[in-house]
Amino acid sequence: MNRRDFTNILGMGTAGLMLPSLPAFSRTVAPEALLETGVDVATKKRLADAAMNAAKSRGATYTDVRIGRYLNQFVVTREDKVQNIVNTESYGVGVRVIADGCWGFAAVVDARSEADTAKAAEKAVAIAKANARLMKEPVQLAPQKGYGEVSWKAPITKNAFEVPIKEKVDLLMEVNGAALKNGANYVNSVLFMVNEQKYFASTDGTYADQDIHRMWPLFTVTAIDPKTGKFETRQSLSAPMGMGYEYLQANPSDKITGITTRYNKGYDMLEDVTAAAKQARAKHAAKSVEAGKYDLVLDPSHLWLTIHESVGHPLELDRVLGYEANFAGTSFATLDKWKSKNFNYGSKLVNLVADKTQVGSLGAVGYDDEGVKCKQWDLVKDGTLVNYQAIRDQVHIIGENESQGCCYADSWSSVQFQRMANVSLAAGKTPLSVQQMIKDVKKGIYIIGDGSFSIDQQRYNFQFGGQLFYEIKNGEIAGMLKDVAYQSNTQEFWNSCAAVCDEKDYRLGGSFFDGKGQPPQSSAVSHGSSTTRFNGVNVINTARKI
Amino acid sequence: MATILTEAEAKTLLQKVLSYSKADECEVNLSGEERGNVRYARNEVSTSGSLTNQNLVVQSSFGKKVGTATIDEFDDASLEKVVRRAEELARLAPENPEYMGVLGPQTYLKANGFFDTTANITPDTRAEAVAKSLQLTRDARLTAAGFMEDRHGYSAMMNSKGLFAYYPSTNVNFSLTVRTEDGKGSGYVARGYSDITKLDTAAATSIAIQKARGSAEARAIEPGKYTVILEPTAAVVLLENVFFNMDARSADEGRSYFSKSGGKSRLGDKIVDERVTIYSDPTNAELPASPWSGDGQAQQKTMWIEKGVVKNLSYSRYWAQKQGKKPLPGPNNVIMMGGNSSLDDMIKSTQRGILVTKLWYIREVDPQTILLTGLTRDGTFYIENGKIKHPVKNFRFNESPIIMLNNLEALGKPERVVSTESDQNYLIPPMKIREFTFTSLSDAV
Repeated sequence: MNRRDFTNILGMGTAGLMLPSLPAFSRTVAPEALLETGVDVATKKRLADAAMNAAKSRGATYTDVRIGRYLNQFVVTREDKVQNIVNTESYGVGVRVIADGCWGFAAVVDARSEADTAKAAEKAVAIAKANARLMKEPVQLAPQKGYGEVSWKAPITKNAFEVPIKEKVDLLMEVNGAALKNGANYVNSVLFMVNEQKYFASTDGTYADQDIHRMWPLFTVTAIDPKTGKFETRQSLSAPMGMGYEYLQANPSDKITGITTRYNKGYDMLEDVTAAAKQARAKHAAKSVEAGKYDLVLDPSHLWLTIHESVGHPLELDRVLGYEANFAGTSFATLDKWKSKNFNYGSKLVNLVADKTQVGSLGAVGYDDEGVKCKQWDLVKDGTLVNYQAIRDQVHIIGENESQGCCYADSWSSVQFQRMANVSLAAGKTPLSVQQMIKDVKKGIYIIGDGSFSIDQQRYNFQFGGQLFYEIKNGEIAGMLKDVAYQSNTQEFWNSCAAVCDEKDYRLGGSFFDGKGQPPQSSAVSHGSSTTRFNGVNVINTARKI
Repeated sequence: MATILTEAEAKTLLQKVLSYSKADECEVNLSGEERGNVRYARNEVSTSGSLTNQNLVVQSSFGKKVGTATIDEFDDASLEKVVRRAEELARLAPENPEYMGVLGPQTYLKANGFFDTTANITPDTRAEAVAKSLQLTRDARLTAAGFMEDRHGYSAMMNSKGLFAYYPSTNVNFSLTVRTEDGKGSGYVARGYSDITKLDTAAATSIAIQKARGSAEARAIEPGKYTVILEPTAAVVLLENVFFNMDARSADEGRSYFSKSGGKSRLGDKIVDERVTIYSDPTNAELPASPWSGDGQAQQKTMWIEKGVVKNLSYSRYWAQKQGKKPLPGPNNVIMMGGNSSLDDMIKSTQRGILVTKLWYIREVDPQTILLTGLTRDGTFYIENGKIKHPVKNFRFNESPIIMLNNLEALGKPERVVSTESDQNYLIPPMKIREFTFTSLSDAV
């Protein structure tokens, strides 16, 4: 499911024309079905072996099989109504092969028998063979040792699918009530829960069974000014997390107090919506920003998206090489810049790390979708570009002899390819709090929450909005601003990084909907940071008269 | 059972499913599809695949309590089981105050969106189509990245009040980015058809090659307000954000561009230049679409904006009843009427302006004005004294399609285009717009 389909399922966007209302290839099921166990591991192994044998007998030199059961639950409400409770299940098998030196892939829904998976394997081989004549050189796959029969489970403490629907509805009704009581005209709130049950098998000898959970509580409140006919919104400051229902139990230590409360590994939805309703109302009276240069103080609930777009994407090796040229684009961070070993991606304070193991993150998993054990590695060290994100058929290009383990497919029906790991900005090494950071800023804007976002296809020029904007004058917060967006250039921006708060402020943000590939696929990814200061960034005013 | 059922086969199956129903109302949706794709980059094929999918959805209701269950097995026992499951879920569900009940029999327009030529595509057909494209880019020492995807399938529905609907369709989309070897030039082309015989990958590739070569060595010019000529591929990604917002409920609730103060909407207001007319019509031969919407309502030819005036906003059946209006489903296709100018005429009549062939990464900055941001991409050219002078570096823009359609200078002939943002196909003319707002420069090629 992509971002727009999701907006649609929630009824939160005004979109809705011509768009599907359910995730593609999913079926709706009863909530209890989400707790049923899927096909057992022994059967999965049998189905996978049948596909691998069939592919081999047709001439495949490599085969991997992904048997996936993907469960989603959405509880969607507005004001005093439950709009929709959707439970979806999608089960099927995708088979990827190399035959005559070329990739081929075929997927089949609801495959239950060895004959089903063998047929998909044969189709994949036929496709590979038909396309082999369009290859200049055969696919070169980095060696990968087989791990045998292994498993991995996300370390959650409360499976969200075990929580009764009524409890979820009651929570959202309470949230909506608080919004309306505190000045919102409308409120849409949602609980979005995901469980990916993935089985991977390859002719390298790995059979990996994995259980992944994700959780995202979110809302939008709208406040209308009847006199002007204008409306303002404020979205939740929650993050989608690789967690279970325990994310909704916030301990005092999970809360970062300040001009508004922000959250770490536990989220207080009721407290946030109460603040949001008041803030949406207050935005009507906020000062419209004067365009110009400002020092920006960016909260992790905002900065994650800037990291995602201006670091995560340009350092994907498939983009650097041109595999995404027809859609997501290429990258300014070309191989010569990396080879020079002195390309200043950012200031000396900037350390950017890729990590597929970070606990609670959306990207955490034991093995990637081509059977590579996951790890952490540096992308930018003390400001210098040092590495990319790469998978098995690419790593030889950057002189590595094993994949970095960041291959992913969003469904059994999609072919796996290089996707972004969690990419995060390391916390500052010297103690620094947000209050201390703001104290040093003469003319600045403090931005909390993510808003609109856009970046060019090589990741130079970007523009970001936000949820909350506060003017900083001579080290003090001087009041709320609106109509703010900043425009910059990736290298210039990261080189303007002047201070990073310490690890006490480090938090994750993230997205369920990182889009890439053709046909497009969505991937869930987290980005961590502490509050960070960037000097002299160009801010524009986005208000228009019609 | 076959994946793609004929109308008669679908009818028989749906009747059987309904025969098991004991609910007050029951509605069944059935669909099947086969998809295939091939993707290439760096002048060779990268990934490709195929997908087979089918689905049966049963919705049962008791009063305003509604339950839905789905299945993809079609033996008698499974069919009865899915109906029982939907009924159990309906009994357990909270009342849905917005549930309007199922519709009775409807009369649908005849739309022809299914072409055997497209349905019969094999992996070899795709490989041949791509080989033609690759031949040209390899010979020209340029680098190609492209994608071709085809789909054929059908959807059908039937309910306990006697409604039956069936629509088969086919589609093929082809897109290609060609870059110069030094990475200084980039050109794009996209084509969408219902009938694959209309797809000429070689001709399309030549266009992308021309743009790639023509866009190399771009010069920087100052951002600011310029007259722009938008090719349909560029215009559509802005305009579709207007279409997506044409919903009565959000307008009436005061939270869309189509809202006015005091709980009113812009329905009936002139919002853009009088040469702007936008409508939907499932029977359009160039852009056929399903003659029924997801809930079984008939799709008619519908004016959305006529001579600059908002003629219709879509009303769900619930919202229509609440507001005392006629329900109107959102369109299944969108067509914008054009004018007489050719792209050449528009360039010739331009003293100083920019030709924009594609836009990228469109996001809404302010929903009150539909202010959008994004960038030009894959071929942007400076026009002076009626001639294309040279390629220019890409710009970021911040502009509203509403403001843009008020600053309309000329319209060309509508073409079928594929939105690079939503993948939807539309019929959209090229257009010339004055005072389009570019806010910064980008080094991206």
